[in-house]
Amino acid sequence: MTLEELCHELHLEVRAAPGKLGVEVTGGYASDLLSCVMAKAQTGNVWVTLQGHPNVVAVASLINLAGVIITEGMTPDAATIEKAEEEGIPILTTGLTTFTVVSKLSHLGVLGVDDARA
Amino acid sequence: MRAEGSGVRAEGSGVRAEESGVRAAMPQITRLQELVYELKIAEVMTSRVRTVPPHTTMAELREILREHRISGAPVVESGELLGMISIEDLIKALAAGEMDVAVGQRMTPAPVVLSADDPVVLAVDRFVHYGFGRFPVVDGDGKLVGIITQGDITRGLLKKLEVEYHEEEIRRYRASHIFEDVVSNHTSIFLHYDVVARDFEHAGEASSKIKRALNRLGFSPHIVRRAAIAAYEAEMNIIIHTTQGGKMVVDVQPGQIMIRAEDSGPGIPDIEQAMQPGFSTASEWIREMGFGAGMGLANIQRCADEVRLESPLGTRTILEAVIYLDQEDLRGANRKG
Repeated sequence: MTLEELCHELHLEVRAAPGKLGVEVTGGYASDLLSCVMAKAQTGNVWVTLQGHPNVVAVASLINLAGVIITEGMTPDAATIEKAEEEGIPILTTGLTTFTVVSKLSHLGVLGVDDARA
Repeated sequence: MRAEGSGVRAEGSGVRAEESGVRAAMPQITRLQELVYELKIAEVMTSRVRTVPPHTTMAELREILREHRISGAPVVESGELLGMISIEDLIKALAAGEMDVAVGQRMTPAPVVLSADDPVVLAVDRFVHYGFGRFPVVDGDGKLVGIITQGDITRGLLKKLEVEYHEEEIRRYRASHIFEDVVSNHTSIFLHYDVVARDFEHAGEASSKIKRALNRLGFSPHIVRRAAIAAYEAEMNIIIHTTQGGKMVVDVQPGQIMIRAEDSGPGIPDIEQAMQPGFSTASEWIREMGFGAGMGLANIQRCADEVRLESPLGTRTILEAVIYLDQEDLRGANRKG
């Protein structure tokens, strides 16, 4: 499933890097702790978080994530958007909670890192 | 992160080129659009121009166009550009049975000219605006130096793109074969980065640059990922925990990558405790940003084959994370073999 299809299914708002939505999502990971994301999220995963500061982009870019879904109506900082455009990391926002987003992703067949390993 | 320097000119043209590549990937401006502004008309125009004097008859013009396989020509008399005559004018003359008329009487007089020094984008605008098939190009003194068609622009852009692509390929090849190309008893590439304490705005920049450099040097994605994670955690530790900031040095050798993070205090009181996953001394506001999970050192340990951490209390902390490389990790070397 591509990021673009996810945006459509979950009614996500695209806040940065709309040109990079064609990428295939390899799975999902949810956490607000950056080090955990660094440790667990896999290349091409979509990351669900409510953090909206620019370091989210730095983390996503360093480990080659497909994109970031920022939940609970959190507004990403202007610096985050700018950096995401620069790095080509799609930033998607939603009013839904992290739990709901993850549950919907799961329905769409996006697997977590534990499921993917099993 | 304020400044960085490198041992083997890693900040030189190679790295820059990749950065401009990243910029070109942004949605607003493509490299092609940039080129239209960068390239001068002189670089894409046809400079050997077939001109005709005004007394040439339409019948003679037909032969000239056919012989040179061109669709129009500037009309010139004693070095002065009088007008443009095109195949459309010839067709009209044929239909009207006016093949004996001189081109001087059927040309488009006082033609719109382009300057050789103008950017190609100006020519593109003129083609759109006037709908002509060609424009004469003049130099600073108004002397005819060339002619430009839309085909010239397309060819010029394609050629330039091809040259750039080729140059980039060569740079990539050279970077990824540097350890084979440079002969010494012991080759090492040092990358230096200064990291500023509490500068969350630029946090991760040193790691991004390290990642880019390692990609450039041709390491496998797996190795680059491990090094990038270790570098990021080390960089964040300096940003979050030090009073004066510190520096990072990456030492790349044929057999290993060493990431060294060094700061001038305050030091770690209990290293064993600090290495425990989940242990953190980060303050509340830092945790709110998602840092200070107490996973930093554990992550570094997981990514590196060897970690050395020294911290005489109250003085400084030195962290060294080493990732071993085997031949598989040098993608460039593989490709060659």
